[in-house]
Amino acid sequence: MAESPFKAEIERVQKEYSEKMTPGAIVYIPGSSVVNKTGSWRVFMPEFNRDKCTRCYLCYIYCPEPSIYIDEEGYPVFDYDYCKGCGICANECPVGAITMVRETK
Amino acid sequence: MAVRKPPITTREYWAPGHAACAGCGCAASLKLATKAFSEAMEEKYGDPNAFAVAQATGCMEVVSAVFPYTAWKAPWIHVAFENAGAVASGVEAAWKKLGRKGKILAIGGDGGTADIGMQALSGMLERWHNVVYLMYDNEAYMNTGIQRSSSTPYGAWTTTSPPGKYSIGEDKPKKWVALIAAAHRIPYVATASVANPYDYIRKMKKAAKVDGPAFVQVQCTCVPGWRVPPEKSIEVTRLAIETGVWPLFEIENGDFHNIKIQPPGGGAKVTREGGKIVAIEFKKPIEEYLKLQGRFKHLFKQPEAIDVMREQIKAMWKVLGVEVTLPKPEE
Ligand SMILES: Cc1ncc(C[n+]2csc(CCOP(=O)(O)OP(=O)(O)O)c2C)c(N)n1
Ligand code: SF4
Ligand code: SF4
Ligand code: SF4
Ligand SMILES: [Mg+2]
Repeated sequence: MAESPFKAEIERVQKEYSEKMTPGAIVYIPGSSVVNKTGSWRVFMPEFNRDKCTRCYLCYIYCPEPSIYIDEEGYPVFDYDYCKGCGICANECPVGAITMVRETK
Repeated sequence: MAVRKPPITTREYWAPGHAACAGCGCAASLKLATKAFSEAMEEKYGDPNAFAVAQATGCMEVVSAVFPYTAWKAPWIHVAFENAGAVASGVEAAWKKLGRKGKILAIGGDGGTADIGMQALSGMLERWHNVVYLMYDNEAYMNTGIQRSSSTPYGAWTTTSPPGKYSIGEDKPKKWVALIAAAHRIPYVATASVANPYDYIRKMKKAAKVDGPAFVQVQCTCVPGWRVPPEKSIEVTRLAIETGVWPLFEIENGDFHNIKIQPPGGGAKVTREGGKIVAIEFKKPIEEYLKLQGRFKHLFKQPEAIDVMREQIKAMWKVLGVEVTLPKPEE
């Protein structure tokens, strides 16, 4: 993915929640959890083969994060900032378009 | 190539960055529930955001609301362990007074619903509040370290139902909260599973659209609590349906004589009479469901307990009006 779809939200949270305590302890930015890049939890990484994909959307439906979005052509896009590498998408994909590979970093 | 579109809205009310374990089936269940709810509100009121969430303490509340962050993109109120039903009732009454259109979604785990929140739930249903209560059933108190609840199935290991020389693990049958909810004769009650997402989405939408209270019980995997590998999280709940352990049904207006049963798949042979499912011959033994999970591992040394389980499952289906046969694994 070129740029995080949450860039603006993350910047806003970082600016306004900088003290770790919001005024009045109010949590007022919806979806502010996007500052937590849970991709760092990952041990295995889903590798996507677009040529095999039939766009059945099962991976998209099941991803618990969600860290799978849909692009303009209707294909899944994986957001490695948040993907925890659970492997559900690869296990459920009916055509084997997703393979789990060990993280190298 | 023509552009295809997902079968459900791409609007998200459950943002990533939450702290659920990798592969948490319950996180997937909430993500889908809110998407379905939003579609229903759009279809009914022309406003996809016409809902608010009241969520009891439990894993899904804790992981989605780590201060000062939230995974929620819908109006949301944190509720104590025991009173999601009561708070949702209050929010609904306030909306009514304000003349606001929409529906309230109350969410609780099995502990927060079947045990400590039972009374608040019953009151909410009996007072006919316009709320959908979603019980995500991971079959134990997961957030506090896997203690048994009244919704823990027979034979399961938990930290408070340890198997051993004198114990098979949990020794009581699972409480059927959906049937208790239906006994309030509310417009709509359903059981569902994340592993059958189309059925689940349809049921959540139906629950969201009916006028008056509705109750949906969705079975979802807890990775450490069930001791399953994260990638099998969905597969294991699919096996629960295909082996007969987890029945999918709907009850409208407390009409126990006309329970609508969804065919379980997995090669099961379904017999109908006058459109109604009256018998199911399952082809997959329940062992296929059990063996994937560490919480049932000890049962393979106590096979009598698995037979007890089979009898309990048959009895449960009988209550639903269905005669079932459950195969034993081939030797
Ligand atoms: C009155 C009260 N007792 C105990 C607790 C501690 N507590 C928090 S979550 C939880 C278990 C929740 O179990 P469940 O409702 O099944 O949700 P899960 O964590 O399994 O998703 C408990 C016992 C509490 N918050 N309030
Ligand atoms: S591995 Fe898990 S978290 Fe990552 S994209 Fe697949 S389903 Fe989502
Ligand atoms: S499950 Fe597989 S085939 Fe279906 S959309 Fe995802 S990658 Fe494509
Ligand atoms: S402990 Fe279980 S229910 Fe809680 S986040 Fe982890 S997998 Fe989900
Ligand atoms: Mg639970």
